[in-house]
Amino acid sequence: MGYRKVAIVGAGMTKFMRRALETPKELAWQAAKAALDAAEMKLAQVDCAVFGSAPDVFDGLHMKGEYLADGCGGWRKPYLRCYVGGGTGVFAIAQGWLHVASGMFDTCLVVCEEKMSSCLPHPQGAFLTIFDNFTEQPLKPNLLWIFALEQNRYMHTYGITQEEIALVSVKNKRNALGHPCAQLGAELTVKDVLASEVMAWPVLRLMVSPTSDGAAAVVLAAEHVAKRVTDKPVWIEGVGWCIDTTYWTNRDLCYPRYVERAARMAYAMAGIREPRKEINIAEPYDPFAYKELHHLEGLQLAPKGQAPKLLADGVFDRDGDLPVTPSGGLLGVGNPIAAAGTMKVCEVFWQLRGEAGARQVPGKPKRAVAQAWGDLMQMGTVVVVGV
Amino acid sequence: MARSAIIGLGFTPARPTSAHQSFKEMMFEAAQRAYADAGIEAAEVQSFVTCAEDLNEGLSIFDEYTPDQLGAALKPMHTLPQDGLHGIADAVMEIRSGLMELVVVEAHSKASNILTLDWIVDYATDPIYNRPLNLNPHYIAGLEMNRFLHVSGVTAAQCAAVAAKNRRNALRNPTAAYAASLTSEQVLNSPYAFYPLHEKELAQPVDGCVVLVLASEARAQRAKGQPVWVRGVGWANGAFSLEARDWAQADYCRLAADIAYKQAGITAPAREIQVFEVDDTYAYKELQHLEALRVFATAKKAARATAQGATELGGPTPVNVSGGALGVGNALEATGLYRVAELVWQLRGQAGPRQVKGAKVGLAQSWRGVPTTSGAVVILSAD
Amino acid sequence: MNGEPKVARGTPLSGEDIAKGKAFLVPYTPRFRYAWDCGEAIGRYFAELKNGRLIARHCRRCGRVMIPPRMFCEVCFRPTDDWVYVKDTGRVNTFSLCYVSWDVRKLRKPEIPAVIEIDGASPGMGIMHLLGDIKPEDVYIGMRVRAVWKPPAKRTGSVTDILYFAPIAGGRRRKAAARRQKTLRKKR
Repeated sequence: MGYRKVAIVGAGMTKFMRRALETPKELAWQAAKAALDAAEMKLAQVDCAVFGSAPDVFDGLHMKGEYLADGCGGWRKPYLRCYVGGGTGVFAIAQGWLHVASGMFDTCLVVCEEKMSSCLPHPQGAFLTIFDNFTEQPLKPNLLWIFALEQNRYMHTYGITQEEIALVSVKNKRNALGHPCAQLGAELTVKDVLASEVMAWPVLRLMVSPTSDGAAAVVLAAEHVAKRVTDKPVWIEGVGWCIDTTYWTNRDLCYPRYVERAARMAYAMAGIREPRKEINIAEPYDPFAYKELHHLEGLQLAPKGQAPKLLADGVFDRDGDLPVTPSGGLLGVGNPIAAAGTMKVCEVFWQLRGEAGARQVPGKPKRAVAQAWGDLMQMGTVVVVGV
Repeated sequence: MARSAIIGLGFTPARPTSAHQSFKEMMFEAAQRAYADAGIEAAEVQSFVTCAEDLNEGLSIFDEYTPDQLGAALKPMHTLPQDGLHGIADAVMEIRSGLMELVVVEAHSKASNILTLDWIVDYATDPIYNRPLNLNPHYIAGLEMNRFLHVSGVTAAQCAAVAAKNRRNALRNPTAAYAASLTSEQVLNSPYAFYPLHEKELAQPVDGCVVLVLASEARAQRAKGQPVWVRGVGWANGAFSLEARDWAQADYCRLAADIAYKQAGITAPAREIQVFEVDDTYAYKELQHLEALRVFATAKKAARATAQGATELGGPTPVNVSGGALGVGNALEATGLYRVAELVWQLRGQAGPRQVKGAKVGLAQSWRGVPTTSGAVVILSAD
Repeated sequence: MNGEPKVARGTPLSGEDIAKGKAFLVPYTPRFRYAWDCGEAIGRYFAELKNGRLIARHCRRCGRVMIPPRMFCEVCFRPTDDWVYVKDTGRVNTFSLCYVSWDVRKLRKPEIPAVIEIDGASPGMGIMHLLGDIKPEDVYIGMRVRAVWKPPAKRTGSVTDILYFAPIAGGRRRKAAARRQKTLRKKR
């Protein structure tokens, strides 16, 4: 392959909050500055910027990327916004990787931001517009529908129970207690989760991640720069992305084949043959509790329908054989859509450098995968990192 | 650095309405044309880039609706809320990194389906500092033109001449929507829209779709037709806020151009490039961009050259022989790709009555419109 | 300065902060209106819905009968070949019981969205719609349903010309439905 080696050399993020005082530009700026400070770099040393954010309707802006350019370091520089729904937060790193791996630039600042609280009366309402204008919107669907339909299909196909899924909420919200930016860290039991309000059966309230405001950022550098900037570069070893057909009602939702394809693309680049053995930490996208399990199977880290069992066996605990979502994930830290995916990339960056504080996974993890999902049960985006 | 080339072009003609096709059907038509032109099967394409903005489509997370009609289902595909030229930049990076050999770039406009287009443009303005003024956002172009005239010494009549030239150029372009035998006088006599902009100086919206197939050098050598090589690609943003920007100069354009020129090894654009397709969403922008692109030393010189016919077909520096956005139409995110389409015809020697003799190197430039300072430049060559 | 954030930046605001005016807000109501061209496939789909029929498209190469209809086959990447009428009956592939509306109102009676595999289309070829004339605890995956149409005079050429899909009498109940009934009863 003709690409150059690229490393993450710094990461930063804001708190994830239900409602932030800060404007979208200020959130982006805080995360970008934190990442630059962590890398001990100045904006002048950054050659280009990549920005990721999900629906413009939340922040109340058209051409949101243009508006946020200055908060993301995109002033008088090459600046690009990429957008693949919820998959954006991980894909933006792949987009940044392209800038440097292609040899066109040596450094790239990647910022993802979301300010959902601007949307009134509730950000949920804006999701109506993601559905097909002809065949779906007239039925007034909401986002809960599509997740609930998928969760039901997954449960039905493999005989998975709500109890088994509730364990994801318990694990992730507990993990989030160790995250300084977390919105919803909590000590919960499976009973607490099962007793929570039925939103859209089989989805219960404590299985759903919140809407949030927040931003996260990373600094990418080519090898010769990375080695100057830090003695612990975290190398991007593989990137992958894949989109499935728009017609989600024509597909069996029990398995995310688009995540599998994205993962295989990234694993092939990283030279990974047995992901379950070679990956030390996984940060799959967990907007709903069952999704973490669904995605682990797509990532080839659990056989189809078996992720719940491995979870129950403690395999995915922070001190388990394959720690999953040690950050606390979207369920625990928060879900400012695009920024949430980048938060997962920040997490694997800190974990591989031994800098994850109270969330640090024991042993010396060498390789990790971060994954995000987006669109109508359609988009898989994967990044593999290693030291 | 590894080279990339355009090996296929497909499009639908720019038209004010396109009621016979949904956006998906329009994309399918353009994609079929592009793959036939490239002599490839859709299954061979490895990666796809769509350039689209949610609010122009009226659908959130628009990339949901893009894969099937391009042949991208279960493939790597992503969307950039940018102009089509940014999509080309992305494809070039995918090819140069060695990750992909064959990448498709698409953009389209269904502007006719947007009943409240100006409200949507207004939605791009700063919600706290600017939007509460409750003005039609084209006023920003009016402010910029006024400052530009004041600083550069270009006259209103010289800007009007650009509009007339481009509308007349479109008469030779079957893909253009707004061809007209206009004179400068007619443009100047049209009512003021956003002073000092006259109505006939604003590009009007169109529907249409353009699909390009880009290939690595190795893949392009095996291609059916003549590849059109990407010599350079650059893009940049200036200051977003109205309050912090330079109102007279298109700094985003100069920054983008300099990146592209460096890659292409071009130091004297007017001498080394034979055909220019630049953004003229408002007539004065063509002159402002020509200065930023270093094609002329100053906008005033560009204006004088235009008055002397130097930028006409047959002149030493042909600009917008396709008709530009004024003649073809404002195709929203696809605007830059219609500029590139013209270059592809020119460099293949297929531009018929619009053919610039001896066209070997061409430059396309786009701007994302008010209130942005975002633009991109692509330089193409026949060999 | 390496490592995870020592200082977490960001200033959370509560609902009370907003109500008490502790932050300036600039309200804005967007005016977006669109009139999307239906094009050939959806145009015909809507016209047939007005006639009380569901129509699909057939690709002769892969043999799939596709609904919602489309003029291109996304698997073969070629134009689809034929119009095919399909039935207005089908089987529930998956469903949910939703107690929150799209604009975040609580609902006492749940909406029941479902993916319904349509008879006559290819296996797994579903459309999204609502279920009705059924108690939430009685819905199960695999249930057979039939469209309940608006009277002809009230149809406009929209997916809402079908009010909902209702169970075909004589369908079997399953264990899962019974289990869920228990769960739902506990919550009341």
